[in-house]
Amino acid sequence: MPILQPPNLSIVEKQHWPLWEIFIRSRQGLSHRHVGSLHAADAEMAVENARDVYTRRQEGASIWVVPASAITASSPDEKEVLFDPADDKVYRHPTFYDLPDEVKNM
Amino acid sequence: MNARFEYLLRLGDDALILGQQLGLWTGHGPVLEEDIALTNIGLDQVGQARAWLTLAGKAEGAGRDEDKLAYFRDQSGFRNALLCERPNGHFGDTIVRQFLFDAYAVCLHAALSGSSDAEMAAIARKSAKESAYHLRHSRAWMVRLGDGTEESHTKVQQSLNDLLPYAGDLFHSDAVTEQAAGEGWGADPAAFRPAWDTAVDEMCAEACLTRPESVPEQVGGREGRHTEQLSFLLAEMQVLPRTYPDAQW
Repeated sequence: MPILQPPNLSIVEKQHWPLWEIFIRSRQGLSHRHVGSLHAADAEMAVENARDVYTRRQEGASIWVVPASAITASSPDEKEVLFDPADDKVYRHPTFYDLPDEVKNM
Repeated sequence: MNARFEYLLRLGDDALILGQQLGLWTGHGPVLEEDIALTNIGLDQVGQARAWLTLAGKAEGAGRDEDKLAYFRDQSGFRNALLCERPNGHFGDTIVRQFLFDAYAVCLHAALSGSSDAEMAAIARKSAKESAYHLRHSRAWMVRLGDGTEESHTKVQQSLNDLLPYAGDLFHSDAVTEQAAGEGWGADPAAFRPAWDTAVDEMCAEACLTRPESVPEQVGGREGRHTEQLSFLLAEMQVLPRTYPDAQW
């Protein structure tokens, strides 16, 4: 496995290991789910640490690690602009027709 | 002499003493993630020790279970290799001790997986997966420390120089290992010493470390001759069951 260095280390990150966000897929067929974060010097160590911190109780079948600095988050200030317009568009939910019983998990 | 009992004690005591030592890191690891890793590895070792010592108790046939063997033997009754009782020291000392042992354990568990004794083979197969992970962890740290900063390199090189002489005890061959290998239920560690040597050499090359040439080897653990460190360790490990025999949670 190539050792990936997270980009643009700040001075704080040079003294302390950078933060990684951890995603675990618990079973085949499910998607990876965010389980938490941890510190590690590089991606390889982040995978090892994630194994020890987050899969001690057989939770895992696959681990993804992502540098926390690589995640771009939406701003809480933009909440209204981003999400409120969906409030009055109930027709986007499939609730106006009856689903046959054979269709599961809609 | 009951060779089976002696042999199983060696397996169990190596894991027990190492597990106890790694447990001392709990709450003291250099970072939280490594704290958990060392504790996990320690718990794996204690789990292996329980399995081997239970089997040792059966082989002895005197009614001693895993707890009796772990808590009510004195220093001269222990059969762990001297390497396992070396003190934790600093993080680099612990990692070197662990690497030297893990590289041995991987070979040992592979050999014992083919044991003619079904119970021993089953324990070895389960342990093999654990020791493979332990080696991956300790080896990665050897490379990080050896090929890290000047300070980490100097420290871990010193740890290697200090601990390598004690690793020879892991490969001690005698009448017990001869019978174990001859009858097919155990292994003579001399058989996989070349593989271990190669693993150490390859690690040194990758970690920019120098393997000390021809070190004088310290032996005696398999015959119950130990360093003073073991008595301190046993005092702490055994105080509770000896003060309150048959104590329950």
